[in-house]
Amino acid sequence: MQDSGFQYDVVIIGAGVSGCATARELAKTNGSVCVLEREDDVCCGTSKANSAIVHAGYDAMTGSLMARLNVEGNALMHELAKKLNFTVKNIGSLVVCTSERDVDGLHELFARGVANGVPDLQVIDRDTLRSMEPNISPSAVGALWAPTAGIVDPFGLNVALAENAATNGVRFVFDAPVMAIERLPQGGYALDTPRGRLTCRCVVNAAGVYADQIHNMVCEDKLKIVPRRGQYMLLDTTAGSHVHHVVFALPSKMGKGVLVSPTIHGNLIVGPTAEDIRDKEGTDTTAAGLSEVAEKCGITVVDVPLREVITSFSGLRAHRAEHEFLIGENPSAPGFVDCSAIESPGLTASPAIGRMVAGIVTDILGLEERPAGEFVETREGIPNMNDLSFEQWGKLCEKNPLYGRVICRCCHVSEAQIVDAIHRPVGARSLDGVKRRTGACMGRCQAGFCTPKIMEALSRELPDVSMENVTKSGPGSEFIEGHAKDAIVEEAHA
Amino acid sequence: MSDYDVIVIGGGPAGLAAATTAREDGRRSVLVVERDQKLGGILNQCIHNGFGLITFNEELTGPEYAARYEKLARDAGVEFLLDTMVLDVSPGRVVTCVSEAHGMQHISGGAVVLAMGCRERPRGALNIPGFRPAGVYTAGTAQRLVNIEGLMPGREVVILGSGDIGLIMARRMTLEGAHVACVAELMPYSGGLKRNIVQCLDDFDIPLLLSHTVTRVEGKRRVEAVWVAQVDEKGRPIAGTEKRYLCDTLLLSVGLLPENELSRSAGVELSRVTRGPVVNESLETSIPGIFACGNVLHVHDLVDYVTQEATAAGAAAVRWADACAKHAEHDEKPGIPVVAEGGVRYTVPQSIDPERMPEKLTLRFRVGGVFEDKRICVYLGDERVLSKRRPILVPGEMEEVTLKRDDLLARPAVDKVVVTLEEA
Repeated sequence: MQDSGFQYDVVIIGAGVSGCATARELAKTNGSVCVLEREDDVCCGTSKANSAIVHAGYDAMTGSLMARLNVEGNALMHELAKKLNFTVKNIGSLVVCTSERDVDGLHELFARGVANGVPDLQVIDRDTLRSMEPNISPSAVGALWAPTAGIVDPFGLNVALAENAATNGVRFVFDAPVMAIERLPQGGYALDTPRGRLTCRCVVNAAGVYADQIHNMVCEDKLKIVPRRGQYMLLDTTAGSHVHHVVFALPSKMGKGVLVSPTIHGNLIVGPTAEDIRDKEGTDTTAAGLSEVAEKCGITVVDVPLREVITSFSGLRAHRAEHEFLIGENPSAPGFVDCSAIESPGLTASPAIGRMVAGIVTDILGLEERPAGEFVETREGIPNMNDLSFEQWGKLCEKNPLYGRVICRCCHVSEAQIVDAIHRPVGARSLDGVKRRTGACMGRCQAGFCTPKIMEALSRELPDVSMENVTKSGPGSEFIEGHAKDAIVEEAHA
Repeated sequence: MSDYDVIVIGGGPAGLAAATTAREDGRRSVLVVERDQKLGGILNQCIHNGFGLITFNEELTGPEYAARYEKLARDAGVEFLLDTMVLDVSPGRVVTCVSEAHGMQHISGGAVVLAMGCRERPRGALNIPGFRPAGVYTAGTAQRLVNIEGLMPGREVVILGSGDIGLIMARRMTLEGAHVACVAELMPYSGGLKRNIVQCLDDFDIPLLLSHTVTRVEGKRRVEAVWVAQVDEKGRPIAGTEKRYLCDTLLLSVGLLPENELSRSAGVELSRVTRGPVVNESLETSIPGIFACGNVLHVHDLVDYVTQEATAAGAAAVRWADACAKHAEHDEKPGIPVVAEGGVRYTVPQSIDPERMPEKLTLRFRVGGVFEDKRICVYLGDERVLSKRRPILVPGEMEEVTLKRDDLLARPAVDKVVVTLEEA
């Protein structure tokens, strides 16, 4: 849609999963869209560090936006995965009750799930539970079984949405935190970033834990987002089949418990904690948090092989006191659309969130759907060698011999995949960017062997990147501090 | 008919020695599959000296040692597949591998020698709280960046763990112009060689903080500081002892783990102690015809011992190949178990068939703590056949004893071999 005077119809702040889902939906219209991201890549905040669960939808209060978008998002996820070629596995979830006194809680949850429209829920007894999960705690008395729950590759989902949006004309600007927003007299907004000033008719606030700062720049009502930290431990693939479904603990006198689940990459994940903190950058783990996770995973599952831990991490949920998504145009700021307070089950809900937010923007701006055939609906993912047969891998090598050069030995990631990840639309520019797109560095050596090789690939493939300034995750996270002996040489010259 | 009589997986010091020996008399075809573009494995980045005192009777650098062995292997007629990653080894000894040059390949071997080496324990395995910024490297990654690429991963360094690579890197970083504040070691003793503590720390006034660990990493994007605390006898940080070190780099040298992904996929039985295959006197794993040597079997302190062990594995692999050629029956009766006791953590091999053992068999092991003035004793059944006095034994240094075949053959009723420590 053309409108002189504005650079874009829509600027979306935040390239997390909500922002990118919205961008992709808006790319179906004639609106021009730009996504601003403060980090150097998509999927750098809440979207990257979470449980990576596709929730069934029985948790949220019936009638809430959370409940509705969760169930809708769950239903949309599989089709989206097929179109955009990321991985979802429908392994189902169990909410395990470990005390006879709490069994009522299971039935309450069941009833809420049914009211929320979650299909195929079932309360199962001890024996059925045990046959499904041999490592379940002996004190387990029953569980709520939700076959529509599953696990997803959160990076794959976020990257796929972004790539497809970019393919369809959405522009992405990285390293561009929004410092100020000005409401223009003629309507619309001007946004100041270190990368310059942008003007647009409509702003979507998908800024995660920073959504309150963005909101409060233009809205009369004040929003407060509390970073709610969740700490996790990730175990080696050797522990990946310790459980076969997502195992939650039914909240009880023992506390809320933590989940134990296989991941899409074949690992086992345990966590999270829930701590409200002040620091919006506080993604550090703590000794207390990690030991809490270690202790609580034993409530539902026995003998979790914690000596197989390969890494631990923290994520921040964008929590607000109301514990409800905030989606909609702000009454005090026409054209400013919140997509805020997207905490769990935000990842699951993201396909539905994208539709809803894009719908609101479309209505505000009067956008129109692009003519049939203009929107590229599908996206080809980066192949995963571990999914291929001998013959399939061999065929790829014939097409491109670099599929035969294995760079990440733990996860079998080839040089061709890494080069592909770098050169795609919205390509990787850092080690973590390569990691999120290819699965390299995620194995048991945790990037010990492949770091120098991926640094080489990034510096070779990107004209503005050299070995000296390759980063782990954007500016400020450079790996290299100089050349061998240069400090000594400097000293000698001084 | 196999593609090769012997396939060796890994072209580091173990693989090269095993292959050279297997090929020595020129009768058997031998292939080494190496994932790097160069032979020599980790030796290529070990540019310090101290290698080869036993094997070549002189002090060589890592690359020199590797070059010597590469020449021996090439002269013997060993074939190589470089830049080739082995993806799978089947129990029937078919190796699946992939490379840029040849794509996917199946190669069958009469015998297979596992020589994949080891890898470093990463930070994640320690669960050190804090951020996950750039600037945390395993000592080996830093070693590669500095020694191969000429790049400095940092200027102000704290090292956690006193394994040999960490000690070596403390000296290397200092020589290259960085400042190493300290080496913190969780245990009350070092995991490295005494000579490395003297030559790499003491000579450069780098403090070794025993019974200390890193309790926190600061810095969201790049390391800004680490906290180091003293630990109690159970390894738990003692409150109030934390000290903050401003630094941009944390190097980790917290243990090496045999790289046994392929062994596992082949179905080879692994030891819970060494984390390497369980082997018999021929260094043969639980799968007949698959042998193991070097750091994939158990982590060594000196490359010279790797070479000795790999030589034995190479010879055993050829004997297997010969037997295969003759369609001889493989005698697979279980050997006599070797039991580690009294502070001895494990032995390699873990079982012995007296009839198949060489005239003299070296048993290698490590101890689980620091022991002063002890005797290493070997019992055949209840009878002590060997006792040697050692003023000090430490976990960082490998120990060995030599068993004589005649001693075992003379005692056919013996049902176990015990290696233990006793008061001197």
